[in-house]
Amino acid sequence: MKNLIAILVLAAVAVGCGSDSTTSGKPAPITLVAYDSFPPEKTTLNDALDEFTKSTGIAVKIVIAGDAGTMVTKATLTAGNPEGDVMWGVDNTLLSAVIDGKVFDRYEPNDSSAIGTNLTALVPGHQLTPVDFGDVCINYDIAWFKSHNLPPPSSLDDLVDPKYKDMLVVENPSTSSPGLAFLMATIAHSGKSGWKDYWKSLRSNGVKVVDGWTTAYEDEFSGAAGSAGLRPLVVSYGSSPPAEVIFADPPRTDAPTGVVESTCFRQVEFTGVLRGTRHKTEARKLVDFLISARFQNELPLNLFVYPARTDTTLPAEFTKFAVVAANPFTIDPADIAANRQQWQDEWTTIVVR
Amino acid sequence: MAGRVDDHRGALNRPPRWFIGAVAAAPVLFITTLYAWPVATLLWTTMRHSTKGRSPFRDTGGIVWFTLWQAVISTVLTLVAGMIPAYVLARYSFRGRRLMLAATTVPFVLPTVVVGAAFLALLPNSWHGTAKAMIVAHVFFNIAVVVRLVGSMIAVIPHDLVGAARTLGASPARAARLIMMPLLRPALWSAAAVIFLFSFTSFGVAKLLGGPTHPTLEVEIARRATQLGDVSGAAALSALQLGLLAVVIVWTSRRQRRSAIELKGATAPHRPRGSRQRVLVGSVGAVVGVCVGAPLVALVSRSFKNGSTWSMSAWSRLGHAETRPGAGLGVDPLAAMGASLRFAVVAAVIATTIGVLAATAINGSPRLGKLLDAGLMLPLGTSAVTIGLGMLITFDTPPVDWRARWWLVPLGHALVAVPFVVRAVLAVLRAIPSDLRAAASTLGATPIQIWWQVDARALRRPLLAGAGFSAAISLGEFGATTILSRSGSETLPIVIGRLLGRAGALPRAQAFAMATILLVLTTVIVMASGSHEYLGSDDA
Repeated sequence: MKNLIAILVLAAVAVGCGSDSTTSGKPAPITLVAYDSFPPEKTTLNDALDEFTKSTGIAVKIVIAGDAGTMVTKATLTAGNPEGDVMWGVDNTLLSAVIDGKVFDRYEPNDSSAIGTNLTALVPGHQLTPVDFGDVCINYDIAWFKSHNLPPPSSLDDLVDPKYKDMLVVENPSTSSPGLAFLMATIAHSGKSGWKDYWKSLRSNGVKVVDGWTTAYEDEFSGAAGSAGLRPLVVSYGSSPPAEVIFADPPRTDAPTGVVESTCFRQVEFTGVLRGTRHKTEARKLVDFLISARFQNELPLNLFVYPARTDTTLPAEFTKFAVVAANPFTIDPADIAANRQQWQDEWTTIVVR
Repeated sequence: MAGRVDDHRGALNRPPRWFIGAVAAAPVLFITTLYAWPVATLLWTTMRHSTKGRSPFRDTGGIVWFTLWQAVISTVLTLVAGMIPAYVLARYSFRGRRLMLAATTVPFVLPTVVVGAAFLALLPNSWHGTAKAMIVAHVFFNIAVVVRLVGSMIAVIPHDLVGAARTLGASPARAARLIMMPLLRPALWSAAAVIFLFSFTSFGVAKLLGGPTHPTLEVEIARRATQLGDVSGAAALSALQLGLLAVVIVWTSRRQRRSAIELKGATAPHRPRGSRQRVLVGSVGAVVGVCVGAPLVALVSRSFKNGSTWSMSAWSRLGHAETRPGAGLGVDPLAAMGASLRFAVVAAVIATTIGVLAATAINGSPRLGKLLDAGLMLPLGTSAVTIGLGMLITFDTPPVDWRARWWLVPLGHALVAVPFVVRAVLAVLRAIPSDLRAAASTLGATPIQIWWQVDARALRRPLLAGAGFSAAISLGEFGATTILSRSGSETLPIVIGRLLGRAGALPRAQAFAMATILLVLTTVIVMASGSHEYLGSDDA
């Protein structure tokens, strides 16, 4: 038995060491750390990464670190001795945590002028580069409102109107990133003192809170195709309607859900070179590639987000069914960092206790 | 069922000290390297660097109180609900008994993401996000523990014991109260301890069914660490959780030791006789079938549903790279099955190896054994986030830079599975009549030879059962190891979780198709290895 363990341990060590060896002259393989909705293989996004490897000789290994929050917690814990070389997907609600935690190296890609200045302005120190954005908005069940002869709500204020009592399901902002984004939207809308009263009214208007997006959207919301849910309003993404079309079965040409444009909070995602990487040159090349037109064009249909580059072409489903709010709610990342925990605690006391 | 007399007789033929030491080395190394070291590192680092002025225990009184009472109620209800099926399965042999045993085991090892979602669909809407729903789910998942632990004790109570009481004029109820209950007490305490442990550390069920209004301590720890970035607060709560659990476990193990006894007599299960027994067996079978079957049927049927119509397309399009030009789900069912099975095999090999060595050491040296036994149980009572983040900051420099190594995941699975293998193997080791060892010794065998000829020989079946159960745990494990960073092909539960996180009819149906594959794989492994017969059949 002990021999068996010895063999197992040796084998494990051998496997472990095998992947570390690098030969001089050839560029080093690097590791891209990403959140759990990033596809690790078999999508066009991964095909694009393969092309990068082919043209530069740099192999890219994808490591999934958990959901966005977990990934950032880990990155902060391992700052200076990172799990990989490049990180994908830090969003603006977590931005200050990684900047204060000195998680990233400063790097400004040559091509960053192709990205809208409204996005690049979020990180004046260039520790991170914007890669994509999307909106978290109220989605509604088109058929439900039609059959009940009721116009869908058109603003956050409508949600506290008794006309829309018991219709909304939201995610817990302490455990869900769209939930947090929606809380931010209400704070941006009602102000730093007014938001508490807004949520008190939401509560008396019968808002339902669940733990995460999957339960909210797939189980409680009535608009997801074939759902047994009973609530026609949900906090989801501006890009959920095109997903309903693209992944419809049997195929359909119209979206079953719509987006209330005036309720959106803007989420921006970033990439960057992790401080402490031993392959800085290769890591920088990968960041260059992540904001190249080749890679950015693959983002909408794989991650259901908008490319940060302004010169990409969007797929038809996106231009037709997705919503990019003209004036989304935003809050300064530093403001979020300073108050997030307190807001979440206060929210918990008001809404679920 | 080791009695006190056996303990003394056994002492004469115990293997020598050096042998125990050699056997215990691997399990001790395993638990210290993979558990104690990372957890201690995390606690030490975060406590030292804790800079925030706020107490980590702010606003936790209510959470601790809720965690406690829901665990107590879950435990009591599971014991009550599990007694009758445990009795029927232990006493009667009938067609479908194996299937019924497997049916009660499978929910225990399936990932909560999957069964929880099916459960949610079955419960009335007004139950969503309530403590009721959570407790019902705990009962559903943990009935297996009662069937195993209490059932195996019922199975060794001689028939004539209760028969004699009846002949002497005791009513069935009185016979049960005066004869059965005292004999079952140790098994009941042991089952209660395990169920309490699982309900207390409930994570998936609490999140999915309890909703945001009902966080357990485990949920709060994960929230602090992963969403608030407050790792030191999470570590402090984790220490509190472990402390509370230690008190409960020590207390219950005291209770169960106080009442251990040895029994002799005819115990083989028999076919139900008379209409009364047949009705009992039939109705229990039906109730178990419906309760366990309904969520599983709901799960399978959702893979054939697209929208509100029935369809095969989730299955026929499973694994197609593109669902539309340019848009794919990145799901490869074969690769996911391959990854899952590979992890399961590695986890099973490690868990059985460590488990058998540990059980041998525990059986050979009661005093040190107790310590090792408790040590191997610790990971079950520790928040997964704590272990995962501990590993992240401990195994971060060569020669132990093991972050995101693929084998860290099956090792994590083995950490969870080892206590179960120990239970199964210990039960068999303790059931070996000491006369057998004594006889071998009289005939001139050395203690080592005795161990090899007598003990090792009896272990073939429980080994297989332990391996099967470990593999099943590994297949369905979603909570503990999702905190570990991972690379390469994704396992079935991870793919299911990812698909459930996408809008659209197809990803959802495919998630349930993958869940069906997982369900079938798990059932096959549990039944083929005989895990449903063996697991947890231990008295201590």
